[in-house]
Amino acid sequence: MTCALLGSFLLLRKMAMLGDAISHAVLPGIVLAFMISGSRDNIIILIGASLAGLLVTLLIELLHKKVHLQEDASIGISFTWLFAIGVILISAYTEQVDLDQDCVLYGEIAYIPFDLLYFSKGELYFPRATLISGSLFLVSLLFLVFAYKGLKITSFNSDYAKSLGISTLAWHLVFMSMVSITTVLSFEIVGAILIVALLVVPPATAYLLTKRLKQMLLLAVLFAFLSALGGYYLAVMLNASIAGAMVTVAGIFFLLALIFTRLQRRLLKVDAFLDK
Amino acid sequence: MENETALEVHNLTASYQRKPVLWEIDFKVPSGRLIGILGPNGSGKTTLLRNIMNLMEADSGYVKIFGKDLDEVRSRLSYVPQRESVDWNFPASVREVVEMGRYRPSNLLRRLKSSDKQKVNAALEKVGMLAYADRQISELSGGQQQRVFIARSLAQEADIYLMDEPFVGVDAATEEAILALLSSLRDEGKTVLIVHHDLQSAYQYFDWMILLNTRLVAAGPKEEVFNSARLKEAYGGKLNLLSKLGEIVAREQFPLREPDFKEKEGEGDA
Amino acid sequence: MHDILAFFSFSDPTVRIVSLGTVFLAMSASVVGTFAFLRKRALVGDAIAHAILPGIAIAFMLSGTKNPLVLMLGALVSGWLATWAMEYITEKTKLSSDTAVALVLSVFFGIGIMLLTHIQHSGSGNQSGLDQYLFGKAAGMTSQDLWTYSAVAVLLLLVVLGLYKELKVYTFNPDFAAASGLPVKSIRRVLNLVTVLAIAIGIQSVGVVLMAALLITPAAAARAWTSSLKVMLFLAALVGGISGLSGSLISYLSPAMPTGPWIVMTLSIITLLSLFFAPKRGALSRLLKQRRHSQKIVNENLLKVFYKLSIEKEGEQLELSQSELQAERAINKADFSAAIKRLKRKNWLLAEGEKLKLSSIGVVEAKRVVRLHRLWEMYLSQRLNLKEDHIHPNAESMEHIISPELEALLVKELDFPTQDPHNSPIPYTN
Repeated sequence: MTCALLGSFLLLRKMAMLGDAISHAVLPGIVLAFMISGSRDNIIILIGASLAGLLVTLLIELLHKKVHLQEDASIGISFTWLFAIGVILISAYTEQVDLDQDCVLYGEIAYIPFDLLYFSKGELYFPRATLISGSLFLVSLLFLVFAYKGLKITSFNSDYAKSLGISTLAWHLVFMSMVSITTVLSFEIVGAILIVALLVVPPATAYLLTKRLKQMLLLAVLFAFLSALGGYYLAVMLNASIAGAMVTVAGIFFLLALIFTRLQRRLLKVDAFLDK
Repeated sequence: MENETALEVHNLTASYQRKPVLWEIDFKVPSGRLIGILGPNGSGKTTLLRNIMNLMEADSGYVKIFGKDLDEVRSRLSYVPQRESVDWNFPASVREVVEMGRYRPSNLLRRLKSSDKQKVNAALEKVGMLAYADRQISELSGGQQQRVFIARSLAQEADIYLMDEPFVGVDAATEEAILALLSSLRDEGKTVLIVHHDLQSAYQYFDWMILLNTRLVAAGPKEEVFNSARLKEAYGGKLNLLSKLGEIVAREQFPLREPDFKEKEGEGDA
Repeated sequence: MHDILAFFSFSDPTVRIVSLGTVFLAMSASVVGTFAFLRKRALVGDAIAHAILPGIAIAFMLSGTKNPLVLMLGALVSGWLATWAMEYITEKTKLSSDTAVALVLSVFFGIGIMLLTHIQHSGSGNQSGLDQYLFGKAAGMTSQDLWTYSAVAVLLLLVVLGLYKELKVYTFNPDFAAASGLPVKSIRRVLNLVTVLAIAIGIQSVGVVLMAALLITPAAAARAWTSSLKVMLFLAALVGGISGLSGSLISYLSPAMPTGPWIVMTLSIITLLSLFFAPKRGALSRLLKQRRHSQKIVNENLLKVFYKLSIEKEGEQLELSQSELQAERAINKADFSAAIKRLKRKNWLLAEGEKLKLSSIGVVEAKRVVRLHRLWEMYLSQRLNLKEDHIHPNAESMEHIISPELEALLVKELDFPTQDPHNSPIPYTN
């Protein structure tokens, strides 16, 4: 759901692919952090992933601004290279590393190793992962409340914002940091693929259905929630990856929204025609 | 203050993708005028505006507004970008866009005050869009969108208005209405600079004109500037030598000012 | 070392198959990818690569076999569907193209993962490992695979060669292509098809996630060396082929190492080196050029100082000391001495004991720079209508880059002026 909130702005700022790039590029960071520290402690992983995220951003900037390589290629080359490094590192040290490539890539929510959800005589022990994503959600919500106007103007008309003296660069950095933090924290919980999907699909679905920003954010969160729920049950039914199923459900919602809007338009045209 | 210099541009050279699109632009503009910036496509008009607003770095020269740097007088300037530079599918209402005119770095994290909201309403009223205040911007016509942009600008309550092609793709009624609005601004002593695309209407609309063709062809009251000789210079194609030199500058990535050079008033010779 | 030689002797059939196969796949991807690169559609390739997964899964589920042709057909269908979906979403909805790409990428891939894990867990025995498609298992290539992939690769290359002219126009100038009657829609479809095919087979060697690299990175490397399409295609194929070979080599030497990532690794390194060191377009050559410019500037400014202090004022050559020169024009000490050395080396400056003097060719050169400055000032004043006190700065810079051809044009245009706007004489050399 956090992804849905931040992803809505990613969509509006037309930066959707950066989410994909970052989520792939953090792999070597995570692997290195794990290798160096030998532990699966979240904080170490977080630092490693953040550094990797920073590295890929710098690399993209370097290629794009200093070497004058076109933007899409800068992004593509940077994250694939870092990802390749990550996979090589995993393969090189498979004996020492307990990280499963699959787990890292698409994250198996049900197999989160250090905590399980267990009920015991009416008591609920909250798994650490839920706590993390829960607090992340709250933080993002808070962030959005404060940053609402700033995000709105810098996403809609950055030149105008600059003319007012607003530092679009600062806003960009702050926003990207939020996205990176969310990506990194969500990484081990839901994996690379799901992150990108959650950042893009529910907001896209919402965007199709409404013209108001507040509604869009709300709908995005709603769809994210429903996709998560539906995906879980789908996965159980098919005995398949939970993350994959969640993405599939999100995609189904998108498809439905797409069909709905097309039909709407056709009906409007028919209406207008009949009015004549 | 009649005839104070509202804007001074001094030896401004600016490039796009390393090739200079403005060469040593130099002029002064008094306040309280409606000024049209004219020139063929690619003559650097938008670049000039962007440089004045410091949205891009110049290769040389400087701009002074009321004798000061932009950052000192920013609140007295209002910039209206080209209508097509924005994605009008953005989920916002008319009111929300006009409210942006009241945003400042200082109040971004807070709610707008009621005085701000009143100014927004007043601006909407002036452009005749108050009734549409809660409409989503994706539902507006071109003329209505332009009015919204202008209302946003008015809400800033500035002294200098810089507008980039505000009359493009706009219906006749809107064009008249906007022009009337801008004229009354001028009558109040404000300075309005407009990048204009249409030569036909220029003489009628503006008091002053700036003719650009990668270099300054002329700047001054319309009676002095709008004659066939100047217009031929402006619209008769680029200066051959200048273009060639520009290409060399771009290809060799030559710096347009030597690193130890300081800009000052009144120069010596070689 | 022994192993390396063993590898290159190609006596081991596995080695032959794997390396040949990888090279072919890489080369076809590189060639096709060049077009994607030029059209700035790098990330679309990434999306297609990810979108192929569900196709493979469904093909497997429907056919129950791992026949590469069948699976490739599935990949083709879903890759094609993805391309169509991206275009549809961008054109028919208010969503922008980058959103469409990210959306198709993640949704298709998610569906693919879901189906693949479903297959895995349903234990129908014959299922392929997830790894193979995610990261590529070139080492597991059979000779049958090789034939299939090579055939497709060759086919792709032939298509590109055959349609070269049309593709060239379409890539560089789509509006012109449409205007001149080329069937733009069909060309686009063919290009899409060819791209999807290249990706479908390329995935065998590097896997889904890294496929984008195989498409784009060689093209980026090639671009650094040339702007001719033919050369670019050739270089891209070369870079792709070399990387494919290295990947196989490394995997052979160290079995724990996966081929795919090492191909990308080699690719990335070659590309990064190219981007920095390639002549003309590389970053290094740009830096060197800038250094040369700064040196030229200091050289010529010094010459001007000589000219002004000695010849102009006094009408004759004077010997000047370093301090006198520095007083006239502020140049920092290090640049100053370096410049003096350079000028002496070019024999424009002669040393007379402690002092310096212009040589006769030095005088000619000095006159040239001064002449250019004053001519340009005339031009600025006459054509750009600039006032006398505003023309000096620009002329200061331009005097260093006006070429002889431009000088000739300038002189003609201004009608052989003898004085500049400050009434200083313009020195011609007769």
